[in-house]
Amino acid sequence: MLMIIKTIKSFALLELFRGMFLTFRYIFKAKVTINYPHEKGPLSPRFRGEHALRRYPNGEERCIACKLCEAICPAQAITIEAEPRKDGSRRTVRYDIDMTKCIYCGLCQESCPVDAIVEGPNFEFSTETREELMYNKEKLLLNGDRWEHEIAQNLQSDSSYR
Amino acid sequence: MDNSLSLINDLIIPGLIIVAQILAIIIPVLLSVAFLVYAERKVLALIQLRKGPNIVGPFGLFQSFADALKLLAKENIIPNRSNKIIFLIAPMITMVLSLIGWAVIPFAPGWVISDINVGIMYLFAVSSLGVYGIIMAGWASNSQYPFLGALRSAAQMVSYEVSIGFVIITVLLCVGSLNLTKVVEAQSTVWFAIPLLPMFIIFFICALAETNRLPFDLPEDEASLVAGFSTEYSSASFVLFFLAEYASMILMSAMTVILFLGGWLPPFDIAPFNYIPSVFWFMLKITFILFLFLWVRGTFPRYRYDQLMRLGWKVFLPLSLFWVVVTAGFLVMFDLLPT
Repeated sequence: MLMIIKTIKSFALLELFRGMFLTFRYIFKAKVTINYPHEKGPLSPRFRGEHALRRYPNGEERCIACKLCEAICPAQAITIEAEPRKDGSRRTVRYDIDMTKCIYCGLCQESCPVDAIVEGPNFEFSTETREELMYNKEKLLLNGDRWEHEIAQNLQSDSSYR
Repeated sequence: MDNSLSLINDLIIPGLIIVAQILAIIIPVLLSVAFLVYAERKVLALIQLRKGPNIVGPFGLFQSFADALKLLAKENIIPNRSNKIIFLIAPMITMVLSLIGWAVIPFAPGWVISDINVGIMYLFAVSSLGVYGIIMAGWASNSQYPFLGALRSAAQMVSYEVSIGFVIITVLLCVGSLNLTKVVEAQSTVWFAIPLLPMFIIFFICALAETNRLPFDLPEDEASLVAGFSTEYSSASFVLFFLAEYASMILMSAMTVILFLGGWLPPFDIAPFNYIPSVFWFMLKITFILFLFLWVRGTFPRYRYDQLMRLGWKVFLPLSLFWVVVTAGFLVMFDLLPT
């Protein structure tokens, strides 16, 4: 008896029609696509994107050339050279990040005692040549100036968990 | 002077008329191929909760044209070890075969290029020949994946053509003519899809297999054969294969509509329905069948090769044979055989 029912069911293509009915209902469901360049998904305040070197509000750069980030970087993407400045304070003369090596782990940000190097919310920094991805100090400071508002906000909202 | 005038009257003018007729069919078919590709991407996207192409033109309607332009602008790569002539001829043959079938398709009463009396046989022959293009492509590419794809395609098409043949015989028993116009006219009382429902379903499934559509697209099974018979093709020759696949899809839908869904006939021969032009009904039904093609593609996973063969030989063949006998017996018993 069971076999007869099974045979009838399979000849009536019951399962197939049920599958087709299911996909038909999906046609009218709300779509999950985000129209990327026009719409963007939400980012966590902890998002680790493009690096930036920050400054104090008075314009002085935060980095004190302690080289902790260089030491901790697992991809060895950071190169720092330091010298005392004319006023005696210790500052970097060279701060390079090879963005092609960087694995965006965020350890540089974690290790920084003065919140100088941070990974900002920007993830749209693709370039047409490899050379453009060898970031120097100038570029990183420029990033810091450009994204300071968002970076400060993110650090602020994340500070209570640190 | 007299001679040349009769030459114009006898040869050139009829020739021009035929060319115009051919263009009047081929251009809309190619345009609908473009929009069918768009529709396929859109339907699949909707089923998978995506949005699909929506950038090029309003709602992305011109996406296929952009794709075609892109492909045509690319380099046509011919593999070193391929048989170059056959390699280049194969896509042309496939394309031509998917288009010549339209010569016998009646779009509306009298709207047919050649109203021959063996219309169905012609269509059947043309759709069976379609496999040659694929075999030639697979062989001429001289590479393992296209070759396997071609072998699969050949075996698959032969298996399913047998069933299609029996389905067509059943319809012919009810019509009594091989002329496609007569086939449509015979359905003015009831569409054959209703009395011959199992045959309709078998025909539809065989049409899927015949046009290498999912769930039977084993000749170009990307999971195991890269791109099957079209692996080595690029640029214009790939475009031809692509166009041919979709053009033969439309041709098979037209065949389904003529054999089972009453061709150009409106569903009911009463006031609001028969005001709409017959061509419109024909196209509407084709669109419906094409949507079924896409819907099935969006729903079912691909068959395994042995399952495909089992389905063709051990299920469809006996079933269609059985229905031929049942239909014939029924017609003889109640003396309904058409003269």
